[in-house]
Amino acid sequence: MITAEQKPIEEIREMIAPYKRILVAGCGSCVAECAAGGEKETGMLASTLRMAAKMDGKDVVIQEKTLDRQCVNEFVIQLDESIDQYDAVLSLGCGAGVQAVAEMYPEIPIIPALDTEFLGETMSQGLWIENCLGCGDCMLHYFGGVCPLARCSKQLLNGPCGGSMDGICEVNPEVPCAWQTIIERLENFKALERLEEVYPPKDWSKKQGRGPRKIIREDQQR
Amino acid sequence: MIENNKLEQRLKEGAFAVTAECGPPKGADPEAVMKKAEMLKGKVDAVNVTDNQTAIVRLSSLAACSLLKSAGLDPVLQVVVRDRNRIALQSDILGAAALGIRNVLCLSGDHQGFGNQPEAAGVFDLDSIQFIQVVKTMRDEGTILGGEPLSKSPDLFIGAAANPFADPLSFRVVRLAKKIRAGADFIQTQCIYNLDRFEKWMEMARDRGLTEKVFILGGVTPLKSVGMAKYMRNKVAGMDIPDAVIDRMEKVPKEKQREEGINICVETIQRLKEIEGVHGVHVMAIEWEEAVGEIVEKAGLLPRPRS
Ligand code: SF4
Ligand code: SF4
Repeated sequence: MITAEQKPIEEIREMIAPYKRILVAGCGSCVAECAAGGEKETGMLASTLRMAAKMDGKDVVIQEKTLDRQCVNEFVIQLDESIDQYDAVLSLGCGAGVQAVAEMYPEIPIIPALDTEFLGETMSQGLWIENCLGCGDCMLHYFGGVCPLARCSKQLLNGPCGGSMDGICEVNPEVPCAWQTIIERLENFKALERLEEVYPPKDWSKKQGRGPRKIIREDQQR
Repeated sequence: MIENNKLEQRLKEGAFAVTAECGPPKGADPEAVMKKAEMLKGKVDAVNVTDNQTAIVRLSSLAACSLLKSAGLDPVLQVVVRDRNRIALQSDILGAAALGIRNVLCLSGDHQGFGNQPEAAGVFDLDSIQFIQVVKTMRDEGTILGGEPLSKSPDLFIGAAANPFADPLSFRVVRLAKKIRAGADFIQTQCIYNLDRFEKWMEMARDRGLTEKVFILGGVTPLKSVGMAKYMRNKVAGMDIPDAVIDRMEKVPKEKQREEGINICVETIQRLKEIEGVHGVHVMAIEWEEAVGEIVEKAGLLPRPRS
């Protein structure tokens, strides 16, 4: 899923300062799973902002609504009925959600309340880790199910580097060396000899296309 | 004019080669490079120039190599893949060859987070092994990545680094084999303090016949103080400094520690000379280039033959 974290409240307050009627829009998908922008967080942020405005004696209307998916037009359109009441939207969607709302209502300023971080996995309660860069050409079968692009600090396809010690990454002592894990996995599969081959340079055109990448599925189109 | 390559020539003659490291200044200061060139001249066969080492911005290694070349030294251009994509890497290789630089050491580079530009984007478009292969293909096939031909191939002696002390040990030799397969002609190792482990690694390399295929130069760094030894052991990734070495530095008074550091270094070189398959030594006297002459002399490696 896509992970995100809420921006510091001061930064959010600064961004919304020019507006008087604000819709705080949450999203019930990925950012709800990572406890950053779901219904609960949206409610909490809206009431914090209302309280802060009240303390400052400001006359501001702040209301909230959480969509099931902020990045899908079918859901975004649910804002139609109320959007005219507001002069700004504070979105707790990921970067894609924020842009989907902006696309649908280009006349209203939209403000991101989250910092969108990465494609990751929920490791345990309250712990999310990045494990995919969305490179457009998955190689996980080759590397024992461990992504060297997302998980090796130097994105080595022919690792490990010379700094891997005791299973820890040289760049960050809090991070396991991805290559140590790759080697262990391949040992399990008796496929270590795979690492004697030089893995060729990555085709980055599959990630950095000319402009934003697109997926077109005619069978899905009406 | 055929540019001669002292390092390659020396190694191919079967002599015990000596290389040293020169760190460029943190400024547009050619004199600083020339001063180091003077210190090293006649003491070594070739001089490595570091490429923004520890991710700290310094005068470019290509420019410094060119300066060393003009001072009559045989430079080894260190190039890290951290800062350049495949377009820039290949272009720099052609530029280096055009300037008469004959040796290149292909490296990953320290992560940008360690240096004075922690906000920089790390490139890592190729890894060091892919980069070695690209340089070899440019030299031997006369083509760049993707197969387009070059108007002239770069004539380069290709080097790679190896760290016998990193984990997992069993994999270190696989990695060495991989670098050789990719195209490394010579290897310069991480600083050696743990000779037992180094010997074990060399034995594994010999068992696989790798010492027949590549020239291995053992890396050494003279310790300036016990503080430096501890710092390196605790803070520098992939560094293995046994307690015995630290103890030895600790036992001598502060003002004698530099001398002791040099002694340890000289003794290491003497042991390296005895190890089958070690073809030379790479002296990395970090910001202490003036020590190189003394070390090389005490190790009985002077005078260096002229070519
Ligand atoms: S190889 Fe590409 S698609 Fe697969 S996990 Fe890594 S970044 Fe994601
Ligand atoms: S220590 Fe491991 S994870 Fe870290 S950069 Fe080196 S190979 Fe990659």
